[in-house]
Amino acid sequence: MELRFLVQLGIIGFTFFMLINASALLVLAERKIMGFMQQRYGPYLVGPHGLLQPLADILKLLMKEELRPKGADKWLFTLAPILSVTAAFAAFAAVPWGAETTFFGLLDDPVGLGVADINVGILVVFAITSMGVYGIVLAGWSSNSKYSLMGGLRASAQMISYELSYATALAAVILLAGSMSLREVVDGQAGTWLGFIPRWYLFLQPVGFIIYVIAGVAETNRAPFDFPEAEQELVAGYNTEYSSVRFALFPQAEYINMTTMSAVATDLYLGGWHGPFLPPEYGWIWFLVKIGAILFAYIWVRWTVPRYRYDQLMQFGWKWLFPASVINLVVTAALVLYFNA
Amino acid sequence: MPETLIFYALSGLAIGASALVIGQRNPMYSVLMLIASFGALAGLYIQLDAPFAAVAQIIIYAGAIMVLFLFVVMLLNAPTEDGAEWDRSHPLRQPAVARFGGMLALLLVVQLAWALLRAGGLSGPVAGQGDVAVVSSVRELGRVLFTDYVFAFEATSILILVAMVGAVVLARREGDRP
Repeated sequence: MELRFLVQLGIIGFTFFMLINASALLVLAERKIMGFMQQRYGPYLVGPHGLLQPLADILKLLMKEELRPKGADKWLFTLAPILSVTAAFAAFAAVPWGAETTFFGLLDDPVGLGVADINVGILVVFAITSMGVYGIVLAGWSSNSKYSLMGGLRASAQMISYELSYATALAAVILLAGSMSLREVVDGQAGTWLGFIPRWYLFLQPVGFIIYVIAGVAETNRAPFDFPEAEQELVAGYNTEYSSVRFALFPQAEYINMTTMSAVATDLYLGGWHGPFLPPEYGWIWFLVKIGAILFAYIWVRWTVPRYRYDQLMQFGWKWLFPASVINLVVTAALVLYFNA
Repeated sequence: MPETLIFYALSGLAIGASALVIGQRNPMYSVLMLIASFGALAGLYIQLDAPFAAVAQIIIYAGAIMVLFLFVVMLLNAPTEDGAEWDRSHPLRQPAVARFGGMLALLLVVQLAWALLRAGGLSGPVAGQGDVAVVSSVRELGRVLFTDYVFAFEATSILILVAMVGAVVLARREGDRP
């Protein structure tokens, strides 16, 4: 009992630690991949191949002076970045990232790798990520600057438009799996068809996966949907007035949100920790590989696709993505009913 | 015992935040207090063993509707309310309106008192009665919603649809393309 509790505490601490590392490594990965795509080196001076660059960046941001504009709302200006990063960390709490394991016989009952196993896990992740927008909106409003306000307004409008398609894509997977627990969804994808095709929901939900990824990029405010901070139009958007640690929390929240989005996509569509060659105890390696692939695609898209125009974003969200996700849901529901009856 | 403590903490937060929604003058803070109140309510639902209701509360109210509220408040950039409505000529200050409001408030107090007395006073969280245990799982909730309560469900959907159509009609200016 005692041991199990300690092990679970250890898993929670480890997840937290890995998320912090993920945000630091993603900064580096983004700059390296961007450099590669633009035919230059990217950071390479700090440490071997620039590996320690994130540490230098963090140190620099910690040492900067913290500024707060005179007309800013004192409480909300401080609260906004905290809210952002808290929601980002909290959302990962419902995401399982490895099979149940006894740690090589250390425990009597197996324990699942992941912070918490909630029976409405998918909805919890969705609910908490949707709270993250308040950080951006409040940052935009409390700065008392027109560029920030525009960024905050854009964030709220964009979030409402794309959340709908996102949730509808999730609903189709819930129908397939017959469960809202992420762990059960992943375990529903174990095994193969015909001996070589993995039973991933990606193959049953190709349209749903595309909708999920597009809406996910829009939800995390990444290019080509990075309107809240569109630097050519709004200086830096919602975080224009921020500096030092308060500023650093916004990109950190963004990178953690990207990680969560990729982890959920892996759990829902790519079979989570199930994969060939490795025993189930080492399934988390597959999980890391799949997350890494999605994150690479995220960065790849950012440096290849130009930003939309704002009205195009709204048109695309409401007139194409949402109808497509509803049709996907109805077709999935009909097929599930047909094959289960 | 910790459950009772959490119950009172969440209830206190919900009531306090709700009071602050109307109790202070910055519309932005009012919206934020409403979100806090919804969050506390979601916590109470979890205590009642209804995680689905709690998460739905967060997704729909705190996550979607309040973002829209915030959007409108920011778009209008509504200033802090000043003392304008305290002058006697304001429609809300007419004696008839004030009397009607007073009556409504009295009715609410009476109803609350009656409900509390019926539940056995302020001894603790009201125990779940009847169907609560049955509809706690999502599967059962869906079944009950689309069989026993299908009329209420569909009527509510149509009500919301009518409200949406009404909003579109009102928002459309003369001469706009249909």
